[in-house]
Amino acid sequence: MSFVTIENVFQTYDDRPILERVNVEVDEGQFMSVVGASGCGKSTFLRLLLAQEQPTRGQVRVADAPPAMEPGLDRGIVFQKYSVFPHLTVRENIIAGESFRHRWGRLFGAERRDALTRADETLVRIGLDHVADAYPATLSGGMQQRLAIGQALVAKPRILLLDEPFGALDPGTRLNMHDFLQNLRAETGMTVFMVTHDLEEAFKLGDRVLVFDKPRWDPNDPTLYGATITYDFDARDGGIPFQTLKEETHVLHSA
Amino acid sequence: MRLINIKPGRASASLLMLLPFAAVLIAYAIGSEIRLSENPSDKLLPAPGTIWDTAVRLTTEADRRSGRILFWHDTWASLKRLGLGIGISAFTALVIGLLIGLLPLMRSFLSQFVAVLSMIPPLALLPILFIVFGLGELSKVVLIVVGTLPFLIRDLSQRTLEIPQELLVKAQTLGASSWVIAIRVALPQVLPRLIQGVRLSLGPAWLFLIAAEAIASDLGLGYRIFLVRRYLAMDVILTYVIWITFLAFVIDWALRWISRRTFPWMETGL
Ligand SMILES: Nc1ncnc2c1ncn2[C@@H]1O[C@H](COP(=O)(O)OP(=O)(O)O)[C@@H](O)[C@H]1O
Ligand SMILES: [Mg+2]
Repeated sequence: MSFVTIENVFQTYDDRPILERVNVEVDEGQFMSVVGASGCGKSTFLRLLLAQEQPTRGQVRVADAPPAMEPGLDRGIVFQKYSVFPHLTVRENIIAGESFRHRWGRLFGAERRDALTRADETLVRIGLDHVADAYPATLSGGMQQRLAIGQALVAKPRILLLDEPFGALDPGTRLNMHDFLQNLRAETGMTVFMVTHDLEEAFKLGDRVLVFDKPRWDPNDPTLYGATITYDFDARDGGIPFQTLKEETHVLHSA
Repeated sequence: MRLINIKPGRASASLLMLLPFAAVLIAYAIGSEIRLSENPSDKLLPAPGTIWDTAVRLTTEADRRSGRILFWHDTWASLKRLGLGIGISAFTALVIGLLIGLLPLMRSFLSQFVAVLSMIPPLALLPILFIVFGLGELSKVVLIVVGTLPFLIRDLSQRTLEIPQELLVKAQTLGASSWVIAIRVALPQVLPRLIQGVRLSLGPAWLFLIAAEAIASDLGLGYRIFLVRRYLAMDVILTYVIWITFLAFVIDWALRWISRRTFPWMETGL
C-alpha cells in the first residue's frame, strides 16, 4: 500500500494547464527528487502535495486519508527563501515548531522549559548553538536553510517538502547540507520530496527522481499543454538498473 | 568629477545641515530689523529678542485671571487629544488592517468600503462631529480618528498582504491557527509598519487637532494661536508655532527610536 498517492492530477491556472495527468505512488520513507525545466510546475506540484492548493482534477492522498484541504502539521515545507520567521531569534524559530500549535502560539512554565532544553539540543545537532540568540537576517544562507529544516523537523511532519532548498548556496555549503539532510533522514525515516535544479544532487540524495516535462508540445503555443512526469528513475545504486519510461516524450526525438 | 559622486565629509555635512536653519533665522532677523526701524510699533515681525522674552513669559508666568501657566495647560490639553486620537486610530487600524490583510472574507467585506471612506474629506465632517458629539473633547478626538484611520487601515492591510506567503504557509505547517498566525507572525511583522504609518499620520493629525481647537475650544495650542490672532500678537503665535514644530519633531524622533529599539530584526532603519 503506497503512502502518498497522486491520482490523475491536473492543475490549471486561468485556463492555462500547468500540470496534467500526474500519477505517482510513493512509499513511506522514500526520498523523491523532482527535476524539470524552470516554470514547468514543480513548485505547483509541491503546493498540491502541501494542500496549499487543490488540484483542478484528481486527488492527492496521504496514508489513505481523505485529501487535505489546507496545510497542516503532517507536512513540513522548506522554501528557497522566507522559510524562517525574521522577527524571531534562531532559538525562538526552533521553539515555534512546537509552540505554534498551541492556543497562544507560546509555551509556558514547565512546558516552555522542556521545549527550551529540546531546542538547545536541536540547535547543537544542526550546528547553530553558537548563534541561538541571533536573528536570521544575520546568518549565512546555509545556516538559514539549516534552521529552516531544523524548524520543520521539530514539528515532526510525516512528509517533508523542499523547494530548491539549496538553490542559493555555494557548492561547498551545498555538500555540507547534503550530509546534514542525509543524516537527518536516516534518523527520522521521513518521506521527502525535494525539488532541485541540480541533477547530480537529485540522483545523489533521491531514491527516485521524477522528471517533469511536457509530453505534448505545440511549437506555435508552448503554453497549450501542461507538464507531467515523463520519467520516474530509480536512483538507488547510483541510478543504474531500474529505469522506467513512463510517457512518450518529445525529449527523445530530435526536432 | 560628477556631481553625483561628490559626497560631503562629516564636518561639511553638519555645516550643510545647519545652513538652511541659519539662513531662515538671519533672513527673519533682517526683515524684522527693517520693519522695526521704519515703525518701532510694528507687530508683524517682532524682533527675535522680543519673541524670546515672550516665550520666557509664556512658559513661566501664571495667567492673572486663572493663576495657571496657560502655555503648559495648552500643551497638555493638545497632547492629550492628539495622543488619544492617534492611539485609538492606531489600535483600530491594527485590528482592522490585520483582519483585512489576513482574511479573504474580511477583504471582500471591508476593503472597498474603507477605500470609499478614505475619500471623505474629514474637515467636511467637522460640523457633523460638533453636532453629534458636542463641543467638548470627544469631537476633537473623533476628528483626529476620522482623519487618520482610513489611511492607517489601508496602509496596514497592505503591509499585512505584503507578508511573504511562504511565512503564512510555514506557520500553518507548524500547526498554527488563524489566531496564532495573526498574533505570532503577522502582528510582529506589521508593528514596525504601524509606527511608520503613525509617523506619517502625525502631520494630518496635528492639522485636524488645530482646526478643531481653532473652531471650538477653551484650551489648547491651536485655540491659543487663533485667540491671540485677534490682537495680532505675532510673538505669541510664533512661540506657539515653534513649540508645536518642536513637539512634532520630538514625537517623530521618539517613534523612530522606539521602532529601532523594539524591532532589532528589521535590517533597515526606518
Ligand atoms: N498562483 C498562480 N496563478 C497563476 N499562474 C501561476 C500561479 N503559480 C504559478 N503559476 C504559473 O505556473 C507555472 C509553473 O510555476 P511553478 O510551479 O512555480 O514552476 P517551477 O517551480 O517548476 O519553476 C509558471 O508559468 C507560473 O507562472
Ligand atoms: Mg519553483
